[in-house]
This record gives sequence, C-alpha cells and structure tokens, in this order.
Amino acid sequence: MIDPQLLKFVIDLIAVLLLALGIKGLSKVRSAREANRLAALAIGLAVIGVLVNSIASTGISLTSWIWIILGTLVGGSLGAITAQRVPMTAMPETVALFNGCGGMSSLLVAIGVALFPVETSSSQLGGEFVALISILVSVFVGAITFSGSIVAMAKLQGWLATPSWVQSKLRHSINIFFVVLCLVASLEMLRGGEAGLLLLVTGASLLGIGVTLPIGGADMPVVISLLNSYSGVAAAAAGFVVGSQLLIVAGAMVGAAGLILTQVMCKGMNRSLISVLFGGALGAGSSLDTGNKEYSNITSCSVEECALTMEAAERIVVVPGYGLAVAQAQHTLREVTRVLEGAGIDVAYAIHPVAGRMPGHMNVLLAEADVPYEQLKEMDVINPDFPATDVVLVLGANDVVNPQAKNDSSSPLYGMPVLDVQEARTVFVVKRGMSAGYSGIKNDLFELANTSMLFGDAKKVLGDLLVELKELGLGRKG
Amino acid sequence: MSFISEALWVLLLGSLLGLELIGKVPPTLHTPLMSGANAISGITILAALTLIIKAGDNGVLLMMGAIALGFALFNVIGGFLVTDRMLAMFSRKPIAKGGKRS
Repeated sequence: MIDPQLLKFVIDLIAVLLLALGIKGLSKVRSAREANRLAALAIGLAVIGVLVNSIASTGISLTSWIWIILGTLVGGSLGAITAQRVPMTAMPETVALFNGCGGMSSLLVAIGVALFPVETSSSQLGGEFVALISILVSVFVGAITFSGSIVAMAKLQGWLATPSWVQSKLRHSINIFFVVLCLVASLEMLRGGEAGLLLLVTGASLLGIGVTLPIGGADMPVVISLLNSYSGVAAAAAGFVVGSQLLIVAGAMVGAAGLILTQVMCKGMNRSLISVLFGGALGAGSSLDTGNKEYSNITSCSVEECALTMEAAERIVVVPGYGLAVAQAQHTLREVTRVLEGAGIDVAYAIHPVAGRMPGHMNVLLAEADVPYEQLKEMDVINPDFPATDVVLVLGANDVVNPQAKNDSSSPLYGMPVLDVQEARTVFVVKRGMSAGYSGIKNDLFELANTSMLFGDAKKVLGDLLVELKELGLGRKG
Repeated sequence: MSFISEALWVLLLGSLLGLELIGKVPPTLHTPLMSGANAISGITILAALTLIIKAGDNGVLLMMGAIALGFALFNVIGGFLVTDRMLAMFSRKPIAKGGKRS
C-alpha cells in the first residue's frame, strides 16, 4: 500500500507543475485553450490529493461528506450555469464576480478558523502567533477582494453610479481612516480581543469599497486585474491558515502573475498603477470638468453617402470600440464587412490595445462574430497603413482615435498610443451623440475636414448601411 | 518552526515563478488570461475542504466551510468554463474562414 502522505505529495507536485505550465501557456494564442484545461486538471488533482490524504489519515465523516457534496453541487452548478449564460459583452463584470467569490471563500475559511480554532499544520508547527497573523492577512485581503470586486461588478453593470462626493479629495482621508481601523482591529485580535475580528472584516470591506468606488469605467479592467492578483494573495494566506503548501504556491503564482498582467494593461493605456488607484488626470475625476468641450465644424452625413463612399473604396479599416460592444452590433458589423469583402474591397479591423471594455475584449467579441483572426490588426501593425486607406469606419470608439494624444502636449491624453485614423482619406464616425468618451476629453478628430459623423445607435446604423450597400448591388456580386 | 520557514520559502519561490511566467502577452489574450488566472485563484477550495474535514461535528463550522466551498467552486468551475468559451472562439478560425454562416 502506498503511503497516502507520499501520494498526496506527488499529486501536489504534479499539480504545481501543471498550474505553472497552464499560466505559461495561457499567454500564447496557440496553447491557450490546452493550458486552461491543464490548469483545470491541476485543480482537480489537488482536490483528489486532499481527499485521498484525509480519507487515509483521519477519515472523512459522513456529515463532512454531506456538506462537501452540498457545497460542490450548489457552487459548481451555479458557476457552470453562469459561465454558459453570460453574454460575451459582460465578460469584465463576470470575471469581477468570480473573483469576488474567490475572495469570499478565503475570507470565510479564515473567519471559521479564527472562531473555532481547528487543528491544522500551521497551528501545530508555527505556533499561535503565526496562525493568527495568517488569519489576519487572509481576512484582510479576502474582504478587500470581495467588496472591491462586487463594487467593480456593480459599476460595470451600471447598477452603481459614482456619487460625486467620492471624487473629492476627502476620499483619501476616509480610506486612510479605514486603514487605521484595520490596524487597530489587527492589534486587538493579536491581543486576543473578541471584537477585533468583526472590526477587521468591516474595516477591510469598507476599504475595498472606498478604493474601488471612485475609479472610472475606463480604468476598471486594471482594477479587476489587480483584485485578481489580490485573490491570489488571499488564497496564499488561506494556505498559511490551513497549512497547505500547494495553496501557498498557487496563490503566490496567481498573485505575482496578476501583478504583471496589471502592469502590462496599464502600459497599454499609458497609465501608471498609482494614477489609476489614486486618481490622476484621466479617469472619472476629469470628466466632471465639462468646460471647453464645444465642437464646431461638425459634418454629419447620411448612411446613403457613407455607403456610396464605401462602394468606391479599395481598402476599408474598421475601428471598433466600447460603443460597438454596448450596442451588441458585432454580428451586424460582420454582415456588413462580408458584403464589402464580397465586392472585392479589402477590409481590416484596427484593434487598439484597450478596445472594448477591457484589454483583449474586442478580440473576443469579434471572434464570436466569426471575424477571421487574421483581419484583426494590432495598432502598431496597422498605423503605417492608414495613409493608404480609403475609408475608416469608427464604431463607438473615441479616445483611442483622438489625435490630441499625438499633437497636443497639454492634453491629458498626450502620450497615449492612438490609432492614426485621420491619415485616411475619409473617416466615418458612428456615434450616438456628441457626448465625450470615457476620459471626458474633446475629440479633435470629429472636427477634421475628412471626418463625417453618422449619428445613431451602432447596430441600427450598421443595419441601415447593410441595406444601402445591398441596394447598390454589392451583396449580389459576392 | 519548520512548517513556517518552509512555507515562507514556498511563498517566495512561488511569487518569483509567477513573476517570470508571464512576460509578453498579446493583447488578444489579456482577457482570457485574467479570467484563467482568476479561476486558478479559486484553489481556495482546498482550504474550504480542509475546514469541512477538520470541523468534526461543529455545525456552524461545517456550514461555513460548505459556503466557502460553494463560493470557491463557483469561481473555479465558472472561471475555467468561461475562459474555455472565450478561447474556443479563437480556435474556431479555420471554420470561420470558410464562412459557415452568411
């Protein structure tokens, strides 16, 4: 008979290896799907490891089994249903929701161990103090992850507006107060006080809310990525609490990898993490300042004119943005581009690194609409091609096509990488109205002579465009 | 002292590994990677399981463990499935080229 402890050890090692390969593979397009399965397999193995070891050493009581099965059925099925049902456009809030639940789990485990000290390896070997510190960290990070993620989700869903008072400088003082509250609570817990735990949970939850609430929509993906990193830290802390090295490794890996990913995202948006978290020039703060945003020389045109220009074009570049995702117009867009391609027109999509609602989101949305992967061009690849482009169709994108970022050193956008659409012969901008983008900054592109505005909902405009193009006889040739 | 010193080593090495694993990520994969890493952080199911197993006949603790397990599994199962759904769209490209729907 194999020693169950040895068996668990081997299983754990394999699981760590698979997790590392999984995270590595997820950063490459070709291996991503297999990598995701590897990671899932690793978690499955780890669960088997824990169960096998427990059965062999102390046994698992019937009541424990009942609760395990209950928790598994409820959590697992809800997760599966959510994953299947959720629309691709709602991906950012979905990730936030999942993430928050992971944080909640770490929080609950830590509270459980704090209330009813059970015999775990860390309490045997590490002593009271270490056990308490791990509980502290786990509660603190778990609570922040949970409340922060839920606020992020609510904001992305539009359930929660940003009240104007949270934009004020006062919010820093409030957050500092919450931090102090957490510190006091931690000291109280270390002293063995009863109220410390409750105070810490409250303080950390409020801190999570206080930090996330003022952050503007455009920066939310960065926050979710950061919270994702936190949930890794929470898992590692929970590993200290229950004495599981596998949990520590996995949590640390996710925590560190999440931090790197957050940084990569920040770079794509030309933002520093500090300015995202503490409010900088961009973000919701500056959108309050509504002055100096009047437009002059706006040319608007009809869908018919747009269709005629497109018919005569040889090369068309589509710039999809957040508005496209909101209008759920990616499928209509695909129909339009099919008609254009059928008429022998070269069509490409220019994908800004932060197009959509989070980095890479637009690629997912277009892939869902069957857009061939090769037609999606990254910014650096397509920018030199704009002068040779006849028509650019900007769909619900705004800040990422603002020439101010290149020309106006006083602009808050200055320095952000943008798509040089103004270099093209004609630019059509489909937009609901003249409202500003995320950043609340005026877009000089709209005033240029070669820009025409098509006002309306992206889906409706594209639908009309499709009809017009077909009337011109483009559909039949293909 | 042995568990804690070992555990700290594990924490350190795990963090370093995590920093090294992701270097360049194409923007296409930012969203799936975030969601995949998020699913992995649901590995707290192990902690929840341990809690339930060690709870004995403490009803409150059993219930807390079960709720923690539920939350973590929601994260794990949902996270991996939704990541797979996203990635499946990328790998569908050979069919998409032929234009299976009009």
